[in-house]
Amino acid sequence: MDETRIQDRSGAGQPALAELNERPPTHEAKIRGGVAAAIAHDSGMKHVTGAARYADDEPELPGTLQVFIAMSAHAHARIVRLDVSAVRAAPGVAAVLTAEDIPGQNDYSPVFGDDPIFPPLTGDGAVVQYVGQPIFAVAAETERAARSAAKLAVVDYEDLPAAISIDDAVAHADAAGEDLLPAYEMRLGDAAAALEAAPMRAKGRIEIGGQDHFYLEGQIATAAPMEDGDVFVRSSTQHPSEVQHNVAKMLGRPDHAVTVELRRMGGGFGGKESQPALFAAVAALVAVKTGRPAKCRLDRDDDMEMTGKRHELRIDYDLGFSEDGTIRAADFSHFVRCGYSRDLSAAIADRAMFHADNAYDLKAARIHSRRLKTHTVSNTAFRGFGGPQGMVGIERAMDEIAFLTGLDPLDVRKRNFYPGAGEEPVVTPYHMPVTDSVIGEIVDELEASSDYRARREAVKAFNSRNAILKKGLALTPVKFGISFTTTHLNQAGALVHVYKDGSVHLNHGGTEMGQGLFVKVAQVVAEEFQIDLEKVKITATTTAKVPNTSATAASSGSDLNGMAAQNAARTIKDRLIDFAAERYHVPRDQVVFQPNRVLIGNMEKRFSDLVGEAYLARISLSSTGFYATPEITYDREAASGRPFYYFAYGAACSEVVIDTLTGEYRLLRADILHDVGKSLNPAIDMGQIEGGFIQGMGWLTTEELWWDDKGRLKTHAPSTYKIPTANDRPDDFRIRIWEKGENRSETVYRSKAVGEPPFMLAISVFSALTDAVCAAGEGKAFPRLDAPATPERVLWAVEAVRGGWQPGALDASET
Amino acid sequence: MAQATTPASRPIRFVLNGETREVSDTLPTTTLLDYLRGPERLTGTKEGCAEGDCGACTVLLCEPDGDGGIARRSVNSCIQFLPAMNGRAVETIEHLGRDGPTPLQVAMVENHASQCGFCTPGFVMQLHSAWLTGALTDRQSVKDVISGNLCRCTGYGPIVEAGLELAAEPVPDTGEADAELSTRLTELEGEGIFAYEAGGGRWFAPTNVDDLADTYAAHPEAILVAGATDVGLWVTKQYRELPLLIDVSKVRDLMMIEERQDKVYLGASVTHRAAQAVLGSIHPDLGEMLRRFAGAQIRNAGTIGGNIANGSPIGDLPPCLIALGSRLFLRKGDDLRILPVEDFFIDYGRQDRAKGEFVAAIEVPRLGDDQRFFAHKISKRFDSDISAVMAAFCLTFDGDVVREARLAFGGMAGVPKRAREAEAALVGRPFDAAAAGDAMAAMAGDFSPLTDMRATGGYRLKTAQNLLKRFQLEQAGAVSGRIAVIGPQALDLQAIGGAA
Repeated sequence: MDETRIQDRSGAGQPALAELNERPPTHEAKIRGGVAAAIAHDSGMKHVTGAARYADDEPELPGTLQVFIAMSAHAHARIVRLDVSAVRAAPGVAAVLTAEDIPGQNDYSPVFGDDPIFPPLTGDGAVVQYVGQPIFAVAAETERAARSAAKLAVVDYEDLPAAISIDDAVAHADAAGEDLLPAYEMRLGDAAAALEAAPMRAKGRIEIGGQDHFYLEGQIATAAPMEDGDVFVRSSTQHPSEVQHNVAKMLGRPDHAVTVELRRMGGGFGGKESQPALFAAVAALVAVKTGRPAKCRLDRDDDMEMTGKRHELRIDYDLGFSEDGTIRAADFSHFVRCGYSRDLSAAIADRAMFHADNAYDLKAARIHSRRLKTHTVSNTAFRGFGGPQGMVGIERAMDEIAFLTGLDPLDVRKRNFYPGAGEEPVVTPYHMPVTDSVIGEIVDELEASSDYRARREAVKAFNSRNAILKKGLALTPVKFGISFTTTHLNQAGALVHVYKDGSVHLNHGGTEMGQGLFVKVAQVVAEEFQIDLEKVKITATTTAKVPNTSATAASSGSDLNGMAAQNAARTIKDRLIDFAAERYHVPRDQVVFQPNRVLIGNMEKRFSDLVGEAYLARISLSSTGFYATPEITYDREAASGRPFYYFAYGAACSEVVIDTLTGEYRLLRADILHDVGKSLNPAIDMGQIEGGFIQGMGWLTTEELWWDDKGRLKTHAPSTYKIPTANDRPDDFRIRIWEKGENRSETVYRSKAVGEPPFMLAISVFSALTDAVCAAGEGKAFPRLDAPATPERVLWAVEAVRGGWQPGALDASET
Repeated sequence: MAQATTPASRPIRFVLNGETREVSDTLPTTTLLDYLRGPERLTGTKEGCAEGDCGACTVLLCEPDGDGGIARRSVNSCIQFLPAMNGRAVETIEHLGRDGPTPLQVAMVENHASQCGFCTPGFVMQLHSAWLTGALTDRQSVKDVISGNLCRCTGYGPIVEAGLELAAEPVPDTGEADAELSTRLTELEGEGIFAYEAGGGRWFAPTNVDDLADTYAAHPEAILVAGATDVGLWVTKQYRELPLLIDVSKVRDLMMIEERQDKVYLGASVTHRAAQAVLGSIHPDLGEMLRRFAGAQIRNAGTIGGNIANGSPIGDLPPCLIALGSRLFLRKGDDLRILPVEDFFIDYGRQDRAKGEFVAAIEVPRLGDDQRFFAHKISKRFDSDISAVMAAFCLTFDGDVVREARLAFGGMAGVPKRAREAEAALVGRPFDAAAAGDAMAAMAGDFSPLTDMRATGGYRLKTAQNLLKRFQLEQAGAVSGRIAVIGPQALDLQAIGGAA
């Protein structure tokens, strides 16, 4: 027995009896939970037993104040007077905070500096710009006391003209001669000329509604005052570094004064990227002002009224094509409803444009985007980040081309796919050659496995037999660009400690919101060290361990953090190899990490033993790791370059039935084939695919954001805002990971990002609904079905294709 | 009588995860969820919406079944008031895994049924509760059982699979322990009217209808609460102060279900779940209406009396009852009054209910051989949604000719209301396409429905008309079976032509 084990590693390092008696492993032995293992989410057992702690579950520090944020009741108004003296005097109230109490910058925006925490009380800035905008905060002994005290405030508003709808927004912007953000355009070839020359044209407009994230855990932050005026913040956020910076900036302190930590979120989906900074800033302000810990937890309604959502888009399209359905040119105009402030809207609207082509070679294109201001909540990141909206535009156009040419929509789609990998590549509207396309292969495989052609005939037969119920079928592709299109964000850091007993502490800049990032990165580290996954402790994300992180977003979590953690582990591993080679006089290449053991020349050691020896020899067993995505570059001025390291691909086939009397519908069957490269964890990836699809289906079907004419969101709780339930999922649901998948780019173990791409597979449901509506009109008119395709919209679309309803009739009947 | 109406305040005594609790210092309108997460530090139970629509706060409620055993049901702890737990037992997620993970918990992990995990304890408690009551049988039952639980991550498939694995597990025989718990709870509940007072709020829970009548007569300003699926939201959403509540959920006389040959009598405190089978036996559309009425937890708590008495214009049950010609039994003090359900609804927010008067029971006639019935709910989402339109039709025939037509709707006016002009267009004629067409046209004179976030007025009117058309097509035998994408028949894919 090695003496080091006894002398220096004491209790924790004592080998168990079983370990002492263990036999040398066979060569087939594998570690438990390495890369590609379909193992469960690391918190699975904690989830099902209620032991997993979320921010609101941590024991409250003594004296914790509860914070309520009072909101604007007007969409756009000058604040003439704000009198909170009665609020201050109310029982249980410890502090009432307005803009005047903010020591530093009154802003929580991610980029543009236009998101006031509270509106200034004097000057030009003393305005509110949406119903639900925070005006002031009340901190009290209980949330209820804070809330009822807030009602005592006197707020006098002087109303200003408000833009609630996209139509309003366009009118306001045109009158002002200025959009919220400058318009942006991508150009490929001479689209106008090619359109003129095209034998056929498809022109139309589609309105695509927004979406609330409806993470089950609402926004929450707690803040504890520390010495030196520092603050420790616990925030449910996808972007701890940004929360840290915004809190510091609000306090007028350097970033080092603020530490932000979180173990997990109860869902994020993009809604906890820029939004949490507000609640963290308010909690921190209370903590600093009162010297007491503070918690700011939003209830569901306040959360839905106060926080940003998926951007609503209007897309005007004009496509030129041949009789065989081949696209000659495309022109898209995007009208993006950004809400009152810029937030992340520039990048989101850009991504909508980056996906205006989806998987299709447009040959010539002009994509124009206007970013419009409305006096509604500032829209923000949401799974797909604008990409889904852009993609809906082209998929609608593909359906219309099929209608106009009389071809099967699938044939039109296939005819226009980007050439496959290995073929002569063509470029996207932003001039990036598509060199890794596997969409043709995936669609061919899905077409066969979903029995598309036979089902197309069956659907036709059904529709000819049935007057009231009509079926629809659609198979749609997804090509989604992976990387932050803001190039500098494509970096990540990690911190790995190997303790002297051989156990490993893993930390990185990514956050866990349920997507399984932590277990995937742990698998990478376990694989690198060749140790069982249980040896790797997954720890809470904190700005104190890994600084300057990017948001866990853009599906990039495992690509970036997996690589960073691998690099950290590799640094330590290299040191161990150097140490072993030197100590045992073997060449470096004879130090080989095998499952839970290390082969050093002819000698074999436990991993933990080698670690113990290295510790005694004073070898550093801790390392940071860093990764920056290579090869990407994008010139935004020229709208040209390679914004994406690679593309993820997938396809889905959906069959629906609609009731032409009521517009009700059901998804009967869905088949999915999706490319995740070489999966780091197929179980986790399957979960992302299925969950993404259902969430996407909700966006395009039952999830409707409804504002009244005063700009009040009336769908602000699950009683009125309807995300899918278990019964909306089809029983016949066939999901497969594409077995041939392998990332052509050098990502971590050749895997592909999977967070966002599957969301857009749900466009097949929307296309199938369009197909069914078309059948209801016996193919005489193309359906102008907008999203979300609620039963009501489906019914009106049916009436329209049957000639029974003209635009405007709907409005007339609303009175 | 005076004694009956002013009983002394007692602590709330109940069993939490096997241990007895006595609470005497918290407001009566404290929710069970706030109590669990607050003083008890049982944070496995989550708040997702505080309105009973997401299921993250689901707990198991146990109470004496009146037969020496225990009745179990899941409820949303976010809208249950703590005093309602008196004499009941609550089990939370922490209790479920106390001796190591249960087969359900293992199945949930192995099927990868959690992602962010925030909704997960609610799903586990919901599936567990349903399994204990024998409600988990097949795939459809699993999906129905969790239709009041929202998950934003998984897409539900793995949860359904885990539920199916649980369905295959034998339900343990808890007879002996149940008898013990039943005795213990009965003792904890105490005798007579339970009264609780704290923080300026009062709560009375009578156990027989006479005590209820006396208590309410003495305190006509009180709010009656049964399942708290509506009143709970007055507190959690509207932040109303409710200084005096009378809990009718323990009034045994109001829980009776009496089935006669031509009529069914339901006490006002019968839950929607308890009513589903008996109303479903009158017509399958009624069973389907109750299946889609709300999530399972809400159906476990909400009562049919409450659904009528709260006077909602969009409640699903009243139009059905009106179409069937049901009658209400209203009681005030010792006086009993019988009223057709349709006459109960006077105007938006106004019902024909005197101060101190309460709905005691509902009489529902069974359908005669000469009658045809139809009911359908239109909503954005099939499950756990509030109706845009609830339609219920009952036609009585003389041979081929319609003798009486009762076309009742929710969501079309300020109250549940009959379409009188449309009815008139049907009476005295065969129920053919022409008659249906005339009635559909007449409906435009009956209603000017509102536009709101659920639907436009135009859509409401159009679907109301079209549902009559569907009824006519089905009755005429123009199609085989039902024409619907949802419903007892349509749930079978083959019935709608099937997927290939």
